[in-house]
Amino acid sequence: MWKWLHPYAKAEKSYALSGKLMPWFLVIAIPTFFVGIIWGLAFAPADYQQGDSFRIIYIHVPAAMMAMGAYSTMAVAAFIGLVWQIRLAEMTVAATAPIGAVYTFIALFTGAAWGKPMWGAWWVWDARLTSELILLFVYLGIIALYNAFSDKILAGRAASILTLVGVINLPIIHFSVVWWNTLHQGATITKFDQPSMATEMLIPLLIMIVSFASFLGLMILYRFRNEILQRESHRPWVIALVKQSLKTNKRG
Amino acid sequence: MNPRRKKRLLITSSLIAGLSLAIGLTLYALQQNIDLFYTPNEILNGKNETGEKPEIGQRLRIGGMVLNGSVQRNPESLKVSFDLIDNKAGQVTVYFDGILPDLFREGQGIVAQGVLKSENSIEAFEVLAKHDEEYMPPEVAEALKGMEHLKTESELAK
Repeated sequence: MWKWLHPYAKAEKSYALSGKLMPWFLVIAIPTFFVGIIWGLAFAPADYQQGDSFRIIYIHVPAAMMAMGAYSTMAVAAFIGLVWQIRLAEMTVAATAPIGAVYTFIALFTGAAWGKPMWGAWWVWDARLTSELILLFVYLGIIALYNAFSDKILAGRAASILTLVGVINLPIIHFSVVWWNTLHQGATITKFDQPSMATEMLIPLLIMIVSFASFLGLMILYRFRNEILQRESHRPWVIALVKQSLKTNKRG
Repeated sequence: MNPRRKKRLLITSSLIAGLSLAIGLTLYALQQNIDLFYTPNEILNGKNETGEKPEIGQRLRIGGMVLNGSVQRNPESLKVSFDLIDNKAGQVTVYFDGILPDLFREGQGIVAQGVLKSENSIEAFEVLAKHDEEYMPPEVAEALKGMEHLKTESELAK
């Protein structure tokens, strides 16, 4: 059943496939970003309570969602990497961690900048903010652990285990606003109910989420390919690839 | 699946399951302490599960809705007092000396940090505004005004 997947356990095949997929992600990410951000910042109506300040939601929410999306990707890859011992899955973990960390930082930063005018404080130790900060530390831990080993097979395994340990934080972040009294608002769109947002505000937000998601995919593929080249640099196919690109560069 | 792979699957899965259980139990034990604030009802009658009441002189946070018509400002200083309510019987007076956040208004959910002065009054040193998850243009809010306030109350009931 899974036979068609088997060739992609080989680095060379995966490298070629990800190269083919990358332009598609780019084609989705860039137009949606401009449409979403201009629509959200300039044309969506102001909020009845927060006025124009609410517009930071168009960065904050997509970044926070992708911070968790990147971690879920890593967790699935780490699990596959540990059980089936596929090195490419471990490379995916290593490639995704810094991107997820940046998204988490953006979510925390925009959240603080939003909290100051609305709540009256940059930072409050409530459950949502604290668990999101822990997510950032987990990301940094995974990056540090992966780079601490010179043996990359060992490094990949260690980083994967830490990723699986940290996965418990995801439901805590998501449900923190339900389980405890928090200053942070409850979920506006990620719930089974209808989104509690007017449609003309919601559409640009959804467009921004699509844009951030495809940008995440693009960056993962980009770093994944780099990781493959670095780890396989002694392989004949990589050497051939480098020689070929040198040749074309000289000609151009 | 070959036996070695099966063993690794078992080890990895039990690692995740064990950790979830451990952290789940920890969070369950900490349940009371992770709450950012007490509701007015919890200050008067104690937390729902344990019935534990805060003591006078204790530093705490309170979250509730500002009662309509209860805001009293001192014309000569920044001193202000207002009543907080929730959807249950609780009503607690907050005294504050400082600048209130922009979102502060009657009917708004707020969180105040301070010291419990008597059974139902708090001397706050920080007042933060809480907003709910509803986003809509002003016209729509106008049309839904009555409903929207009901929603805020049930939101605070959590």
